[in-house]
Amino acid sequence: MNSCDITLAGQSLRALGSGALHWPEKALLVVSDLHLGKAERLARRGGAILPPYETRDTLLRLEADIRATDPARIICLGDSLDDDAARAGIGPAEIETIDAMQCGRDWIWITGNHDPAPRDLGGRVAEEAVLGPLGFRHIAGDRVPEISGHYHPKARLALGGRVVSRRCFLHDANRIIMPAYGTYTGGLDWTASPLADLMHLGACAVLTGQRPCKVPVPRPAPPSTTARRATRRHAV
Amino acid sequence: MTALPPRFRDWFATRGWTVHPHQVDMLERADDPALLLIAPTGGGKTLAGFLPTLVELAEGGHEGLHTLYVSPLKALAADIKRNLLAPVAEMGLPIRIEDRTGDTTPTQRRRQRADPPHILLTTPESLALLLSYEDAPRIFAGLSRVVVDEIHALAENKRGDQLMLALSRLQALRPGLRRVGLSATVDDPPAIAAYLARHPDPCPILYADPGPPPDIAMIETDAAPPWSGGGGKYAIPAVLDLVRRHKTTLIFHNTRAQAEIFFHELWLQNEEGLPIGIHHGSLAREQRQRVEAAMIAGELRAIVCTGTLDLGIDWGDVDLIVQIGAPKHVKRLVQRIGRANHRYNAPSKAIVVPANRFEVVECVAALAAVREGDLDGTPRGPGPRDVLCQHIAICVASGPFTADALYDEVTTTGAYADLTRGSFDACLDFVATGGYALRAYDQWQRLVERDGLWQLRDPRGALRIRQNIGTIMDTDLLKVRLRHNRGGAPLGEVEEGFAATLTPGETFLMGGQVVRYESLREMVVEVTRRADREPRIATYIGMKFGTSIQLSERILRMFGQEDWPELPQATREWLHLQRARSKLPEPDRLLIESFPHEGREHTCIYGFAGRNAMQTIGLLLTARMEEAGLHPMGFVATDYATLIWGLDPITDPAPLLDGENLRDAFETWLAGNAVMKRTFKQSAVISGLIDRQTRGARKTGKQATFSADILYDTLRKYDPGHLLLDITKEEALKGLVDFGRIEDMLARTRGRIDHLRLKRITPLSAPLFLEAGRVPVDGAATERLLAEEAERLMGAAGLSIDTAAEPRRWRVPT
Repeated sequence: MNSCDITLAGQSLRALGSGALHWPEKALLVVSDLHLGKAERLARRGGAILPPYETRDTLLRLEADIRATDPARIICLGDSLDDDAARAGIGPAEIETIDAMQCGRDWIWITGNHDPAPRDLGGRVAEEAVLGPLGFRHIAGDRVPEISGHYHPKARLALGGRVVSRRCFLHDANRIIMPAYGTYTGGLDWTASPLADLMHLGACAVLTGQRPCKVPVPRPAPPSTTARRATRRHAV
Repeated sequence: MTALPPRFRDWFATRGWTVHPHQVDMLERADDPALLLIAPTGGGKTLAGFLPTLVELAEGGHEGLHTLYVSPLKALAADIKRNLLAPVAEMGLPIRIEDRTGDTTPTQRRRQRADPPHILLTTPESLALLLSYEDAPRIFAGLSRVVVDEIHALAENKRGDQLMLALSRLQALRPGLRRVGLSATVDDPPAIAAYLARHPDPCPILYADPGPPPDIAMIETDAAPPWSGGGGKYAIPAVLDLVRRHKTTLIFHNTRAQAEIFFHELWLQNEEGLPIGIHHGSLAREQRQRVEAAMIAGELRAIVCTGTLDLGIDWGDVDLIVQIGAPKHVKRLVQRIGRANHRYNAPSKAIVVPANRFEVVECVAALAAVREGDLDGTPRGPGPRDVLCQHIAICVASGPFTADALYDEVTTTGAYADLTRGSFDACLDFVATGGYALRAYDQWQRLVERDGLWQLRDPRGALRIRQNIGTIMDTDLLKVRLRHNRGGAPLGEVEEGFAATLTPGETFLMGGQVVRYESLREMVVEVTRRADREPRIATYIGMKFGTSIQLSERILRMFGQEDWPELPQATREWLHLQRARSKLPEPDRLLIESFPHEGREHTCIYGFAGRNAMQTIGLLLTARMEEAGLHPMGFVATDYATLIWGLDPITDPAPLLDGENLRDAFETWLAGNAVMKRTFKQSAVISGLIDRQTRGARKTGKQATFSADILYDTLRKYDPGHLLLDITKEEALKGLVDFGRIEDMLARTRGRIDHLRLKRITPLSAPLFLEAGRVPVDGAATERLLAEEAERLMGAAGLSIDTAAEPRRWRVPT
């Protein structure tokens, strides 16, 4: 499986192209913001009736990552369900898939802001988790080093006249912010304000995709000092 | 049969006008259920359309709405209102006329619904919105006539399909409704007539005197046109001279970007300070209105413009049309020329300015076609089903319906006359439940059927339907605003993709000003008026026209000549140079050139099969190159050629172009390319699967938008038989793909391929490098470039890539 290495607090982690984070030394796999049942919630609330396959797709991708990394522990970093009522929209086939993935593994559902974490989908529920020197919680806070989700960062890069937009991991010396794993989950631009404030100078992004790769996060440019009056055109 | 009442005769007399024969005809046939008038601009076309209405309303006593006028442009509605108010006031007719467009205030809208005017001037979108209200039957209670203006323009796109479905609804409400269509000269009048009339009603066609043939010529300049480029900059002194010698000149461009550059350059050379304005659809409304007002007041000597000024707006004394860049369609050229000189029976005057040498050839061919009256056109396909889905939603927002009645109603629309009941039911099911194979959340479906009547499950759903009305796609535009002026008027709009490639400090042209990009804030591009660098060119969602196949054939025949005495010297030399450096394309052979340029390998295929087919060839060949590991990166297609670029050269194009292989590749290809995704996105919005992105909802922080690409991939994976994929395929086949023409091209050339490996770009291929509408190929080349760019950025930022210490683990994805 293609991956890109991230070092946090001296620990070697692997960012997978799928958007999952693998910590081989602890046999841990982390995914964030699955938002299972998102399409169902939208339909329930009278919004768009999207193809009802995203829960299945999200779980199948997770199953593939688990097969490839064979972890002993799995942490879902919050917002695993799209909202409190989303649990009702998860069908027997999906529950079977979750059961099979949990079999023989320590599975932790971290609570998120959209959901109190699923209580009857197996595994344990916790507000946060600590493993070695690293903390795991839904929303980034002050207790670093930590790994969090919630913001769904997305990178945009101009490549020879075209724009490539990808979900991404953001990391600096203190933290990693995970991309959303859910198939229908949107993204927040990597330079937008909460992310820009959270990440320190020298922050990098790992872009998801077939071959995950690392790029520096662009900083807002300082205002131009060579202010010169624009050639005013006749504007009627 | 109605005669012109004395009051009207007197009015014509005091004006010193005589009634045109076609105006009399229209009056005499006022009772026909459908009527199409084909008349040149300036032929009193609008008055001909309204005369029966004015006569019927002249005696007073009509309650409510009488005539609905629909035009493709808001500006046109306002313009017609002005023109109608004059005779109504002068004859003292008891007629109330109002317009209703996206710009009408909410107060006025409410009043119009409660108390409709006699004549309402509107657009297809505003009409669709009116029809979605529960009180639609009351609003249209007195309706007797509908006048569709510029129907030839509406018939070219989905806005027209939406309008015709709306007319079927109106006809059901008012069975005696009479339809009138007003059209400019078109290639196939009976097709437009069938499009307008209630199927299968007959629709007589009236022809106005076309007037004298237009006075049209190619510009003569001292400077030769460049080999490539689209701006027409070389001709600016000559164009300024023309402006000087005429009263009012309209300078047309094929794209907004070209209009901006030309306007910029024009002002750099406008030493006398002639008052010249710019007008195009990406400019803010306030700015457009200022230009329009100045134009009406006669304060402008020229306007640089695009298609937004293309339709019959009658703005004073335009006595010259200048067309910059090749007129891609002969039909469009004729219509633009009609814009000049609104005096009936005086020849219209137009000058064509080819932007480069290829366009000189195209212009000469086009002028010959105009002289021979050889108009071009493409037949319309069946009515698009995404528009039908929206129409079903609009109907249900207005009130419950039975499937039988709505099906009968819809099939009275010409474009949907052949719609099967099965197809209709599938569309209804899509609107009601999403139409998925997996009936996942049926308890949340949008529509329910109770006692045979389809209705909204939740009446609040009507609001969402109304917010999503329309078939115009402008979702990818961002507003441009001056920084520190957030409440102020925006300068205009740019494509989101263009905005994303800007780095702070870069400059671009907007409304004739050079502005400096500062930041992107809540989906508004913030700029300042500081220009410290050469401006880049903003890209806009373009008016992109395809040259007709008829024109292509004329050009190919011209290439066969020994010499070209009819062409200007520079262009003659250019063609001779192409013949010396490479070859000129021949009708029965396929010319392919390959050469490196700016670090990329390029291949140019001169198929002359029309834009749609050349685009398909681009898609197919890049797909096959991707398979062969040649790392294609993208392509661009014109009517004549496809230019492909990538990381590796093509050494033997013959197997790539083998007919059998191409056909096999076609089906697999059809699924996964960028054009299909773009088409899917449009159909997804029009059919109501995803919401139209309203400006207010597009804040960066809210993850309110769905990636249409992800929905497309999900449907393909889990529900490949879904209606929307079928619609996408049909729409893509209609608009962008033309495999039949590829087969024709292959049959015509029968494997006689001339593949030339050259050291550099050839004269004939040069113009392709400036074509808009480049299609990226998202394959292995993207991944390779991404990795290279990442390495470069990390290096530039002084950061090391972790792989330096510990190499990345690459593995072929399974």
